[in-house]
Amino acid sequence: MNDQGTVHTPHEHEQLGLTNGQVIDMYRYMLLGRKFDERNLLLQRAGKINFHVSGIGQEAAQAAAAFALDREKDYFLPYYRDYSFVLSVGMTPYELMLSAFAKADDPNSGGRQMPGHFGSKRLRIVTGSSPVTTQVPHAVGVALSAKMRKQDFVSFVTFGEGSSNQGDFHEGANFAGVHKLPVIFMCENNQYAISVPLHKQISGKVSDRALGYGFPGIRVDGNDALAVYKAVKEARERAIRGEGPTLIEAMMYRLSPHSTSDNDLAYRTKEEVEENWKKDGIVRFKQYLISCGIWDEEKDADLQAQLALEIKEATDLADNAPFPKPEDTLKHVYAGDSEEGVY
Amino acid sequence: MAEMEYIDAIRLAMKEEMEKDENVFVLGEDVGVKGGVFTTTKGLQDQFGEERVIDTPLAESAIAGVAIGAAMVGMKPIAEMQYSDFMLPATNQIISEAAKIRYRSNNDWSCPVVVRAPIGGGIFGGLYHSQCPESIFFGTPGLKIVAPFTAYDAKGLLKAAINDPDPVLFFENKKCYRMIKGDVPLDDYTVPIGKANVLREGTDITVIGYSMPLHFCLQAAEELKKEEGISAHILDLRSLQPLDRDAIIEAVRKTGKVLIVHEDNKTGGVGAEVSAIISEECLFDLDAPIKRLCGPDVPAMPISPPMEKFFMLSKDKVKQAMHELAVY
Repeated sequence: MNDQGTVHTPHEHEQLGLTNGQVIDMYRYMLLGRKFDERNLLLQRAGKINFHVSGIGQEAAQAAAAFALDREKDYFLPYYRDYSFVLSVGMTPYELMLSAFAKADDPNSGGRQMPGHFGSKRLRIVTGSSPVTTQVPHAVGVALSAKMRKQDFVSFVTFGEGSSNQGDFHEGANFAGVHKLPVIFMCENNQYAISVPLHKQISGKVSDRALGYGFPGIRVDGNDALAVYKAVKEARERAIRGEGPTLIEAMMYRLSPHSTSDNDLAYRTKEEVEENWKKDGIVRFKQYLISCGIWDEEKDADLQAQLALEIKEATDLADNAPFPKPEDTLKHVYAGDSEEGVY
Repeated sequence: MAEMEYIDAIRLAMKEEMEKDENVFVLGEDVGVKGGVFTTTKGLQDQFGEERVIDTPLAESAIAGVAIGAAMVGMKPIAEMQYSDFMLPATNQIISEAAKIRYRSNNDWSCPVVVRAPIGGGIFGGLYHSQCPESIFFGTPGLKIVAPFTAYDAKGLLKAAINDPDPVLFFENKKCYRMIKGDVPLDDYTVPIGKANVLREGTDITVIGYSMPLHFCLQAAEELKKEEGISAHILDLRSLQPLDRDAIIEAVRKTGKVLIVHEDNKTGGVGAEVSAIISEECLFDLDAPIKRLCGPDVPAMPISPPMEKFFMLSKDKVKQAMHELAVY
């Protein structure tokens, strides 16, 4: 009952167990990922950084998935578009900017890897590479370890729909199915593997592939943050109950070019891209928050300004941070190796 | 101390390490109930249960990749590749992932995985059950590679590999499994990775090799000593990566004449690198050109007996090469 004596019908997020504060926070991370991404595109165009691989259009699902996991315990194996995801699990814009500028203090790789190649033991973000989908068997191995040591965490791994054609996806999924491991596979189906459209990658549905591996596969609207949240939350509960893996195919659209080296209008039309901007999950979530009466344009403008400032500060700090020493190239081939290098 | 076969020494190393540390586990095709196609893991599942001796689906990239994932969160997996010939689907996981995890994460993550794989021919295994794939992985920084010849080293190097903080490829020779026997301590010991071993002291010629062909080298050396008084110095590399540069140089300086022997094919093999080290470090100590005796540069070993015999090294082939070098 509220003050007026009428029954308060819980909002969708409340029915899912999310507080108003949590959904606003979720929105914040979506937007932070978007702003970070846009800023990096500009920095590359301005010649300040060498490269950026973008995930614009995928942020809503990423933040929602992160919020459905246990961010104190679970292990994360994101792929290279997951800025909103890694921000949601604790990486800061400054840390990501250090990676973009390839600076010494970059926690992901010490300035060794391209941006978007996340890793942080502190945050349980498992280091990743560029050959796609190699992280899927790793996630299965992490889950195997959880099962063997009877620890109550899950591993969560993402990849694109193009990647879901790799052997490592199938080998990893099959292994996890056989051993009923606590792993969640989330395909961020953004419709394109660089330039190759979905229909030239896959003739069926990614989610249906789970059937062959003996666990549930579900398709959700990736622009519907709460639908993704619900799917990941239920998958996590299954995993913790010992019922094994789940494959989630989140449908979305990569609104930006693949990377700063890509001209996407060479393989898709402006109209198609514009049509998909109308479905942007971030705008949709903002409208949802407004419709719940917990958000408004004024608050939104404040948040946008705050995030812009946060990213500007992160950019300036990272820009001015020191590069690695050239000879640090020789470090960390093996444990405890000398500065002279390997042998 | 007990005399045992090379294969028993490998099994004993796994058993001891699994008893010592519950994070050590074995995974691979047929390693559980069957105990491995060569019986290398026989009895381990009975002792440690199917959770720690895991019969995996037939998918080598997953065997390696799952092991890598587990290793990154503190487990110590021993991944078995049934034959090294079948290891190539896992090559991306080994070279792009395991080898680079420490480096690419700036020392934040590490990958203490062991990948065991039987190498070598002479068992009528044909093209795909006989290969020596060392050179595919050799020269990949971030990996360590060992290839024991004696039963003592098989146990000691495997125990060192399991406890090593970095990924180690353990190439065991399937022809050695039953043919090579030796005294093996029943207590805990390791053989350090990166250290070669002098198998025989000598003064006339130096033979450098690894794995099964050393068996022929030792036989040939014995005969050459008796028949012609030729004294051969034999160095077992044991570790291919890192190579023991100091031991190589020292062994070469002993005699000034060097023969490098391995079953993997000659071009681009480990012997080429050993030869380059010698050229760089002790060229003027040489009294004869460096000589290599290796598998022929053909794709792999045929199954037909005369062809397999042609491909394989033998005591006679090694003896002839050693003799030629001695009289140079």
